[in-house]
Amino acid sequence: MASSNSLMDNLFQRSLEDLIKGLRLQLLGESFFISKSLEEIRREIKSTDLSTKSIALQKLSYLAALHGVDMSWAAFHAVEVVSSSRFSDKRIGYHAITQSFNDQTPVLLLITNQLRKDLNSSNEYEVSLALECLSRIGTDDLARDLTSEVFTLLGSSKVLVRKKAIGVVLRVFDKYPDAVKVCFKRLVENLESSDPQILSAVVGVFCELTTKEPRSYLPLAPEFYKILVDSRNNWDLIKVLKIFAKLALVEPRLAKKVADPICELMRRTVGKSLLFECIRTVVSSLSDQETALKLAVAKIREFLVDDDRNLKYLGLHALSIAAPKHLWAVLENKEAVVKALSDEDPNVKLEALHLLMSMVNEDNVSEISRILMNYALKSDPFFCNEIIASILLACSRNSYEIIVDFDWYLSLLGEMARIPHCQRGQEIGHQLIDIGTRVKDARLELVRVSRALLIDPALLGNQFLHPILSAASWASGEYVEFSKTPYEIAEALLQPRTSLLAPSVRAIYIHSTFKVLVFSLAVYFSAQEPISSPLVEESTSSGSSPVNGITHKSISSLVNMIEIGLCSLSGTLDVEVQERAKNVLGFIGMIKHKIAEKVTTQESETEASRAVAFMEDVFSEELGPVTSTAQEKVPLPDGLELKESLEDLQEFCGEFLKPVVDSNSNSNSFSSSENISFSVAKLRISDQKEASSSSSHPPESASLLAEHRKRHGLYYLSSQKNDDHNDNNGDNNNTLNEYPPANEISVDSFNTKKKMNQSKQRPVVVQLDEGDGLKTKPDASNNDEPLSRAIQTALMGKGKEKEREKDNHERDLDSRIKGRSSGREKKTKKKNGEKSSKHRSRRRSDKESSAAEPVEIPDFLL
Amino acid sequence: MIKAVMMLNTQGKPRLAKFYDYMPVEKQQELIRGVFSVLCSRPENVSNFLEIDSLFGPDSRLVYKHYATLYFVLVFDGSENELAMLDLIQVLVETLDKCFSNVCELDIVFNYSKMHAVLDEIVFGGQVLETSSAEVMKAVEEISKLEAASNSISLVPKSVSGWRGR
Repeated sequence: MASSNSLMDNLFQRSLEDLIKGLRLQLLGESFFISKSLEEIRREIKSTDLSTKSIALQKLSYLAALHGVDMSWAAFHAVEVVSSSRFSDKRIGYHAITQSFNDQTPVLLLITNQLRKDLNSSNEYEVSLALECLSRIGTDDLARDLTSEVFTLLGSSKVLVRKKAIGVVLRVFDKYPDAVKVCFKRLVENLESSDPQILSAVVGVFCELTTKEPRSYLPLAPEFYKILVDSRNNWDLIKVLKIFAKLALVEPRLAKKVADPICELMRRTVGKSLLFECIRTVVSSLSDQETALKLAVAKIREFLVDDDRNLKYLGLHALSIAAPKHLWAVLENKEAVVKALSDEDPNVKLEALHLLMSMVNEDNVSEISRILMNYALKSDPFFCNEIIASILLACSRNSYEIIVDFDWYLSLLGEMARIPHCQRGQEIGHQLIDIGTRVKDARLELVRVSRALLIDPALLGNQFLHPILSAASWASGEYVEFSKTPYEIAEALLQPRTSLLAPSVRAIYIHSTFKVLVFSLAVYFSAQEPISSPLVEESTSSGSSPVNGITHKSISSLVNMIEIGLCSLSGTLDVEVQERAKNVLGFIGMIKHKIAEKVTTQESETEASRAVAFMEDVFSEELGPVTSTAQEKVPLPDGLELKESLEDLQEFCGEFLKPVVDSNSNSNSFSSSENISFSVAKLRISDQKEASSSSSHPPESASLLAEHRKRHGLYYLSSQKNDDHNDNNGDNNNTLNEYPPANEISVDSFNTKKKMNQSKQRPVVVQLDEGDGLKTKPDASNNDEPLSRAIQTALMGKGKEKEREKDNHERDLDSRIKGRSSGREKKTKKKNGEKSSKHRSRRRSDKESSAAEPVEIPDFLL
Repeated sequence: MIKAVMMLNTQGKPRLAKFYDYMPVEKQQELIRGVFSVLCSRPENVSNFLEIDSLFGPDSRLVYKHYATLYFVLVFDGSENELAMLDLIQVLVETLDKCFSNVCELDIVFNYSKMHAVLDEIVFGGQVLETSSAEVMKAVEEISKLEAASNSISLVPKSVSGWRGR
């Protein structure tokens, strides 16, 4: 019965072709057809007849490859099919296995013997199926178990088999480094093969091996050199060039040696692929070879002016490889690069943009930015934003290293905001604030640019610009003393279209309005009684645009405008907006009638002026940039256990809450504290305390803050306030002088010195000591992989191996022991093998054992 | 190393897809879709190279060629030459042309097995092993002969085929 079923299956089974035809007929419901076919396949694949089974498996492979059907469940059936004696079944089986197996496939263990059998088959096409399979799914175990078969095949007389055996070596070495001991010599011998197919295969393998760990293959340089000089096959030459590109980086003498043949190739070849590889090799690895480099750059120019977009793109690509070391190559081709910006091809455009950015320096930054901004205006949105992003990135690098004229840069940022496609609001806004905090001299311009942005109601409609507007509003409030027209700014901040802003941005708008209001009031009060507020006097005298024209009339209209503008917001749903609006309104309510009184009374120290002076104090603290490593700089105080569990915190807190309340006079409490919970609780509570006390006693606020700093100096970063910096606040009162900003500020004196002799002096840019950029740890070289060690052992004597081991400090002890023992093993093996090996390799090893050179380069270089 | 070979038609249907590193089928389908969405947005007459790091990880490049209704796509890493890969597509297409005499999309659709035979002779485990279409043809014809021979045996009853197979 079963056999008749199977016969029926066999007769009426859909072939793969039927399945494909069926699929093509399904205009709709393809997935239904697939699931129906899958049912069929599931039934057929269980058949006892191997050919039925294999056709089912083939259909499944097809569906898996092109329709994303899972076939991992059929792994066992694939193993069954592969064991068939019929070639077509076997092929289907191997195809299924390579397609669906991975390291975790449980039935993987079952194919080792089948693979061995097929690798030993007399039919070269069966061998080649097995080799293909091994090269795709070879695991550590498979590689180990089949190494000897691969070794045999490496010497096969059949070219088809031998080249695939060479190909599989890559996978075998990768999974089972000890295979190097067995196979490496035969692999190297193939480098001298006269058969072009074999040579291609082995050069390809060495190219891959060299990419992973160049140093190990230096001893083979003579063989590669021979191919470089003799070969006429572009495929091989490209691979050999890639090998030399890697080798020349670890052995500079090689660069000199190969420069001539590469130049020769560049002059001779007609193949663009080979020519490009020569160029790439020269610009990336032979950049000290003057003649080669000149020739390569000349060839690049030919690529750049070629009509073929591929060549143009690759020419730009080659230039960008050359750019870091040889900027002249880019500068020479500047016109071509700029022209490429308007190319239709997005790749070409992007590559040209990167190149342009690589040649930006302080002299040409404004010219290049001008060109780019023009392109940004007429480009598609994607490229436009790429341009904006690259300008922003290049200009802000190393704390705006290349910017000399910050006024120009700020107005550029302002222009960017007005480019219709601009979506980089976040970065632009960030830079506006960053420059504001870092570059004191640029603040006047910043306020001007911000004003222009704020008063334009059109910008409020574009939500990508909201971060810019947020930054502009903050700057206008923070640096309001530079503004000629505070009234106008307040008006802009309160314009009706601000309802389009997100609540968080709106809150900043309101807060800035508050700052503008306080500033105007302070000026108003101080104008009439100069003695009362030194702070305001300072700011009016230092600010480059003294606002003296604030009259009673203008101040009351300002107050009225703000009051009306904010009234509607006091009922907003968003609490942040609501609270800020209410704060301002509350302040206005307190101060409003005093303004009128001010004209009549002659009392010098009114409540109103005290309140205003206090608010002025609140906003007077200068904000500086904060380094990303600020937290790390705080030394860990004694007794502070950061890693301790805080489970019992509750208990401690309850205990210490009480004493803190009356510890106001105990200024030394922190240093006497004994454990973390105590100090944390105390800090927080005393902070609160200070906040509340300062609000009740306004004039004391500054001194209280100073005291806080004295007590908890640890949490403030050490400040080295530069004289240059204090010039502007030269007549600060004492309180302020002993209370420098919390953020650490040091002035980049190096940069200013460097640029002294320029026509326009670069303003001081505040730089943080370190850590402005993210620190990147240099990658520890990972050349102690088992594979490279094995290869070094295979190529060198034991002594060299020892040296290398010394070099690799990071190697752990365990693997070192392993490495030595394997080295020893190798040595004994090698002694036997060497006698029979060609005189060339003996000469090499002889030379190595005698030479004291740290790098193992055979004599052909010297 | 070559990471993947794909042939997609202009509607985005994969006609052949081969990934040289193991990948679950869902991931394969996702990559095919990703590649197609990039390809179909490219205008005509632009360069044939794409930076494709977002799909295939760092140091990945893609070269494609558009023939009639098909995109031929190769994805590879830094140890291959971009222009050589473009040539390789040419080799592949030439070979297919010899195989099917004037290859068209339908040939590729219906000859799943033969397509893989051709490709496996050219690219072996991600390495380019053969670039001469004559050599590839020779091997593929041998494989077809072997398959035909083994299939003809299967028409004979099992016991006999076992005997003849020896």
